[in-house]
Amino acid sequence: MANFSKSNVPQFSVDVYQNEYLPEGGREVNAIVTVTSTGGGTIGSPVAAPHLYSAGQGPDAAVAIMVDCSGSMDYPPTKMRNARDATAAAIDTLRDGVHFAVIGGTHVAKEVYPGGGALAVADSRTRDQAKHALRKLSAGGGTAIGTWLRLADRLLSSADVSIRHGILLTDGRNEHEAPEDLKASLGSCAGRFTCDARGVGTDWEVKEVTGIASALLGTADIVADPAALSADFTKMMETAMGKEVADVALRLWTPVGTAIKFVKQVAPRVEELTDRRTEAGPRAGDYPTGSWGDESRDYHVCVEVPEAGIGQEMLAARVSLVVPQPDGSTQNLGAQGLVKAVWTDDMVASTSINPQVAHYTGQAELAQAIQQGLDLRKSGDVDGATAKLGRAVQLASVSGNADTAKLLAKVVDVVDAAAGTVRLKAKVAEADEMTLETRSTKTVRVKK
Amino acid sequence: MSQMPQLAACPSCEEPLESGDRFCGACGYDLSAVPAPPDDHPTLTMNGAVPLPPEEAADVNWPVVPQPEGAETSPTVHLPTDLAGTDSGGTPLPSNAPLPPTGSPVSPATGVRFDRPPEPDEYPLQAPDPRVAADPPTAGEGVKVCVACRSGRVDPDGYCENCGHAQPRERDHMEEELGPLAAVSDRGLRHHRNEDAFAVGQCLLPDGAPALVAVVCDGVSSATRPDAASLAASRQAGEALLAALPQGTHPQAAMHEAIIAASHAVNSLAQEPATAREHAPHQNAPACTLVASIVTPTLLVVGWVGDSRAYWIPVDRSSPPARLTEDDSWAAQMVAAGLMNEAEAYADERAHAITGWLGADAYELEPHTASFKPDRPGVVVVCTDGLWNYAESAEEMAEVVPPDAMVRPLHSAQVLVGHALDGGGHDNVTVAVVPFPVPPQGAVIG
Repeated sequence: MANFSKSNVPQFSVDVYQNEYLPEGGREVNAIVTVTSTGGGTIGSPVAAPHLYSAGQGPDAAVAIMVDCSGSMDYPPTKMRNARDATAAAIDTLRDGVHFAVIGGTHVAKEVYPGGGALAVADSRTRDQAKHALRKLSAGGGTAIGTWLRLADRLLSSADVSIRHGILLTDGRNEHEAPEDLKASLGSCAGRFTCDARGVGTDWEVKEVTGIASALLGTADIVADPAALSADFTKMMETAMGKEVADVALRLWTPVGTAIKFVKQVAPRVEELTDRRTEAGPRAGDYPTGSWGDESRDYHVCVEVPEAGIGQEMLAARVSLVVPQPDGSTQNLGAQGLVKAVWTDDMVASTSINPQVAHYTGQAELAQAIQQGLDLRKSGDVDGATAKLGRAVQLASVSGNADTAKLLAKVVDVVDAAAGTVRLKAKVAEADEMTLETRSTKTVRVKK
Repeated sequence: MSQMPQLAACPSCEEPLESGDRFCGACGYDLSAVPAPPDDHPTLTMNGAVPLPPEEAADVNWPVVPQPEGAETSPTVHLPTDLAGTDSGGTPLPSNAPLPPTGSPVSPATGVRFDRPPEPDEYPLQAPDPRVAADPPTAGEGVKVCVACRSGRVDPDGYCENCGHAQPRERDHMEEELGPLAAVSDRGLRHHRNEDAFAVGQCLLPDGAPALVAVVCDGVSSATRPDAASLAASRQAGEALLAALPQGTHPQAAMHEAIIAASHAVNSLAQEPATAREHAPHQNAPACTLVASIVTPTLLVVGWVGDSRAYWIPVDRSSPPARLTEDDSWAAQMVAAGLMNEAEAYADERAHAITGWLGADAYELEPHTASFKPDRPGVVVVCTDGLWNYAESAEEMAEVVPPDAMVRPLHSAQVLVGHALDGGGHDNVTVAVVPFPVPPQGAVIG
């Protein structure tokens, strides 16, 4: 566990954005909870986090890089070469003193470096050795991602560190194990380490890769062009090196008689957390958020409260942040936010929707519309797909989500963005469709 | 707070209703038979209208008080010796009781001090935070139990740890009796916090005569932190009056000065950073209305900004009661300007939008003051619209003021608040009851 008395430990803050006013009989309370962690004392700028620490000063971390070595990685052969280069670039980004390992993945998982069920400690010598070992990587065999994750878990847990992170690269479908096996592996790894997942090329399954990232609280993305892998790996590793606190959980306390309708992360990506609750004492539950560097995330909390009379006020939820301790207890990070409900007969107050809540409700609907539209398109329902993707174009345009709007424009011809009138493109590059699907959950923050 | 004229649900079967329904769609209940809910008028601010001089109420023969031109000039004051009047016994007033206005002989702004520093440390600028005030439940001491579910403890934030309900706050109901005068403030039944505030006090004039001071403020709900505004304004005005009167300042000049001091106190709230829990993008400067009265053995002075009112209720109910203030409201202005008759103006949805208030975004501060020399004993009812919404005219107010108000001011204030709550309590209710003339000192007050 990180030592919180150090000045460079990030400070967490919780802000609640909501319209607490409910009309008579109103029961649903919506709030956007913004959690921000900023480095204490020593930090210059948020992006400088990876360079914040000199050797031995940063939080102790362990990283496992899982590289797909299945037979398909040789088609084209540049794919394997780019994967090797990208892994080497990621290794170069490792901070001195970080524990690391490289795993070659096929239908079984092999330790490429350092081997022997151990982790290497990064310094100039081990980095060279690791890059040397990468040359031995060759393509051949199947794909069973669950085995890679289990090996990564075994290796990462061998080190007594606070931050455990994986980076997973695949180019194909998880064909050599049952979907249940992957699910079981994800279940056993969840909460033990975080993992970013990348699909290279276009022969992989979007839902598999996003599912891995979602379960292990990391990011998912497509790297359609293998040549772009090195830059992406470097960036991923920089982000991983910037993490300072692991296993942060969002703790929600709600009073008697209330029900939590949903909890989801809404920025930077939509991530459903409702079903990931673990009970934490009377009327409180924890929702995992993974590890944090210098960053800010938004969560949408929806609570159903019992009816109360006009003029009544109650606390609908108390939001705090906790970190589990080795002895089984939890440490409260101090910051907290209050979600309130106030019943009023002022119609102006009770009918207005908080701009943050409205914005993220739209962003969540945008992600859902894209998913549904692409699914309908695959199943041949042109009308349904047109309607859903048209709605997505409209939402992206209204909310200023320019990145998603651009991706949508590669899949549909936009006739009128404001009205959501679109035509499906007759021919869509597979990479464009997969990019849209993978990045559909990316949101933009509300314009201030 | 605005109140929809139609019902939200059928009073018989609770079926939700559409607007315009005349009968319940589920049980057929005749909705026209439902008594109309009492008017609940919003306290809103409205910019852009030029406040007009208040009209004289017709019933009472009071001296004409020209309004000062803005805050920069001294109000014209009436000396008691200028005016014919009688004391409460009906005999001519003694000629040795003049109250000459005092002030710097070189300053044209007699009695109005603009050199007063803001003195932010002298009074609390924000309402006492109940979350801070609430004692955290500690083992061994008396643990607070929730008033709503009676089973949960109260957390340091002031909410129940079991059912989450907010606990009553200090300002939800306040009463104060100070010698012959009293004030009561209540949250009402429909608002979640009390945004009204009052201050009462008594002091001795230089000639040894007693003076009674009552200040009542109503926070503007559409502004940020209205509760802080009303508290700061009432305290500052009360302190200013109690400081100025013993120095011999003419009560009407003191009133003018006190309103300006109160407005400075409210203005300074706008400079404070918003509290963490209120980071709404649309912030209005804190604002409130103010009405105050000064009662001396011979003189009754009222001052106001906004739509809080003062009423004169004589002990002898055969003589007419009177409203002493003229609202700074849209409807009052329309009537005063002759553009609408009273019925039309008050039927308009803008009727209760106020055109004058204390606050940094006030259009132009126009403190109104008026002085009266009642020729018979009575009480002054100083109140917010939470009360007068349920007793608008002076006659209606006189009906609900107990006959013994002169000697039982606290009880009377409680009765008046009760009248508002019985009527629906749609807004915060604050009432101060001040007897005129001041009972002689040492008199036993029943």
